[in-house]
Amino acid sequence: MEWTFIDSWIIVTGILSAMSCALLGNYLVLRRMSMMGDAISHAVLPGLAIAFLISGSRDSLPMLVGAVGVGVLTAVLIQAIGKLSGLDQGASMGVIFTTLFALGLILIRQAADHVDLDPGCVLYGAIELTPLDVYTLFGWEIPRAAVTNGIMLLVNVLFVVFFFKELRITSFDPALATTMGFSAGLMHYVLMALVAATTIAAFESVGSILVIAMLIVPAATAHLLTDRLVAMLVISLVVAALAAVLGHVGAITIPAWIGFRDTSTAGMMAVAVGVLFLAAFLFAPRHGIIGRMVAQGLLTLRVNRDDILGMLYRVQELAGQRSLAVKTDDLRKALLTGGWVNLALADLLRTRKVRRTPEGVVLTESGLSSAANLIRSHRLWESYLCGQMGFCDAEAHYSAHQLEHVTDEAMQERLKSAANYPTLDPHRKAIP
Amino acid sequence: MPGSSIKRIVSHGLGWVAAAAWVWLQSDLAHAGGLSDTGLQWPGWQELLRVLTLSDYNTRVVIVGTALLGLAAGLSGTFLILRKRALLSDTLSHATLPGIALAFILMTVFFGDGKSLIGLIAGAAVFAVLGTGSVLLIERYSRLKDDAALGVVLSVYFGLGIAIMGIATRMETGNSAGLTSFIYGKTASMLLSDALLIAVTAFVAALLCLLFFKEFSLVCFDADFALTQGWPVARLDFFMMSLVVVVTVVGLQAVGLILVVALLIIPPSTARFWSRRLSVMLALSAGFGALSGMLGAAISALMANLPAGAVIVMTASSLFFFSLVFGTNGGLLQMVLDRWRLGKKVMHENLLRELYEWQEITAQQSGAAADAARIDGPRLEELLPRRSWSVHGLQKGLRQLIRKGWLRLSAEDRYFFTPDGFLQARAVVRKHRLWEAYLIAYADTAPGQVDWGADTIEHVIDERIIAELEAGLPDWTPKAVPESPHELIRIGV
Repeated sequence: MEWTFIDSWIIVTGILSAMSCALLGNYLVLRRMSMMGDAISHAVLPGLAIAFLISGSRDSLPMLVGAVGVGVLTAVLIQAIGKLSGLDQGASMGVIFTTLFALGLILIRQAADHVDLDPGCVLYGAIELTPLDVYTLFGWEIPRAAVTNGIMLLVNVLFVVFFFKELRITSFDPALATTMGFSAGLMHYVLMALVAATTIAAFESVGSILVIAMLIVPAATAHLLTDRLVAMLVISLVVAALAAVLGHVGAITIPAWIGFRDTSTAGMMAVAVGVLFLAAFLFAPRHGIIGRMVAQGLLTLRVNRDDILGMLYRVQELAGQRSLAVKTDDLRKALLTGGWVNLALADLLRTRKVRRTPEGVVLTESGLSSAANLIRSHRLWESYLCGQMGFCDAEAHYSAHQLEHVTDEAMQERLKSAANYPTLDPHRKAIP
Repeated sequence: MPGSSIKRIVSHGLGWVAAAAWVWLQSDLAHAGGLSDTGLQWPGWQELLRVLTLSDYNTRVVIVGTALLGLAAGLSGTFLILRKRALLSDTLSHATLPGIALAFILMTVFFGDGKSLIGLIAGAAVFAVLGTGSVLLIERYSRLKDDAALGVVLSVYFGLGIAIMGIATRMETGNSAGLTSFIYGKTASMLLSDALLIAVTAFVAALLCLLFFKEFSLVCFDADFALTQGWPVARLDFFMMSLVVVVTVVGLQAVGLILVVALLIIPPSTARFWSRRLSVMLALSAGFGALSGMLGAAISALMANLPAGAVIVMTASSLFFFSLVFGTNGGLLQMVLDRWRLGKKVMHENLLRELYEWQEITAQQSGAAADAARIDGPRLEELLPRRSWSVHGLQKGLRQLIRKGWLRLSAEDRYFFTPDGFLQARAVVRKHRLWEAYLIAYADTAPGQVDWGADTIEHVIDERIIAELEAGLPDWTPKAVPESPHELIRIGV
């Protein structure tokens, strides 16, 4: 495999079109209209045809106008059908885009005998060929597709920057936007028009299916990684660019492992962005599956650590003597967990809260103060629950047992004052 | 544009258009000059007859095949629409592509021939299920909503499919040509084996709909209730969706991706305009599906250059738009008619009440007891300022009431009730005052405020509600029309 200037230009074109799609995609995902991207990118097909019918030329501008017109028309029709017929949005979308796509196929097929026409190009795109068709600009040879997509990206960035506030309000709270005097409907249609224009600009380089992938997947990935809009926009752009690079590299390297030269770059870009999505789906710190599992695990570990400290403290208290050792097996039996106790003990030994002696484990000085703090929370809660809320039976102990893990200094002070500064808990045990 | 050029554009322009789109996509390849002989060729009677009587073997296979596919898709699509999952079919059918490509490669490597229909369909089915599973996983375990989950799965799986397809087409052994028919379909060249497979699928789909009719309708209309009744909702749901998967996969290679989606979505959406009963909807949806398949295939067989798949979609959506306008269940025309009828009824009832109250007021003002015979009826100009009605509307309403035999016009242009009309007016006024009394008694509304509330609601109160209102108002004299609780607008003010 040899890297040539063609590969560089393929990647640049890919990055530009992926980023211009991804930027708008954020708003589609936030408005819960992701499939609108799919619908519009299928529906613009007759738009291209009709644009030519009217203008009689094959310049980019009439095509763009036709696509934008049909794109907005699609959005209007979907809304109108939904409102008039009571069909849900999915069904009205399905009716409209399949109809328009079929219309486009019929129009295009009329010429199939005379030109080498394959609607597949619309679906797959021919990004591999884009570097061969160039503009000469300041003595540089720049692929036409890179120029088109670059302009589109610029337009989209300007749109998002200038209408940032309007887009944000209409996306998150259309009702509020309307009361504040922004037209949510207008914003919707402008957005749809831009989606259609972006789709058309990206069509020839990456194909409609990759347009849909880049509209939805980077934004969905970013949505899993952050709760902030600006961060989401930035992350989606990074994801899109990364996917474009990885996609092309993948397209020319992965098939080589099994003895083939290369495969579709557009397809591999979609796969690459899918892999990035999967990574976020699994590992996103707050919204990923594994991220959530790790957070859950850390919590369990902390609770177990606290429970061991509490148990050691209580054993010492009962026996009335300091540094009484407890066997690890006894701890495990008392806490009814095996593996977690081992992990928690290891963590406690590491942080020198307990130390090992031949008879078992013993609290250290710092362990003792942590344990006393925990028991303080526990007994304060018991006093409060019993004294202030009349909640004195065994269940009060369980409530206190749960709450003790999440009680901080400030909460302890509040509890103390609320329970009238108790020194003994309801079981007549001293509050440390 | 001038009328004469329209015909030229229809016959010549379509070719230009498509060529232009293509040329633009390819950005250079401009020999559009040779396109002028492109156009629709209208079939002769001979040909029309041949297609309609199914005498041609190929046409027969295609028409029967597409009709049966339409039937199967119409049946299973109904559940898709009722479960509000229309676009799942879109995602599902795109997600089959990697399965098809992978199955092709594996079969080519191991058996030498990658085009075994059963193998390809199995591959497609596996990935359709995987895709559906991925959608459900993303919805269940992430914060993304159904739309994003559908979009992500659709595009990524399809991208994967194209990437694998890219490898398949670069294989030296095994002829990969024709694999793309799974995307665009090859309706017009359907084989007997395809049609048979579709027939079996349609039969199974119909049988399952009959056998599980009760269970499916329960899950479609009230899944929560079904769950509380102990039905295995999740399993039934999966079963319904499997039916959709099977129809999609079988339909894919016969008619292509977008057409399958269209056949699953459009006929059931059309059927909804004619009935709300599931059994009727299923039958209609199957009928519309079959009709679109049949008509579409016939039209495309009759005219050159019309791709069958696209024509079938256009036929189905023509039926949809026809039903959108003329449907008896929420169709636009019906909605307009209903609104017009209600408007007319409101006009008539307002007029009757106005005239009745006119009699009451004149009787009051003259201090005499209401004696219909001696009281002067109002003239048109006297009636006009009493409500915000137009001269034209008022004239029309009065004319209609005279035609109904409820009013008559005296020699001095005054309007009087006929005995029939008087009874009608009494009933209307009674409804109005019943509601007023109800508002005063139960809604704590001031007597001066109740007129407006009663004014809008009186037109839609039926016998049952009248009975309930009367039961709820103890000091209401049956049959009588009580006096108005508020002051009526005086005449001549």
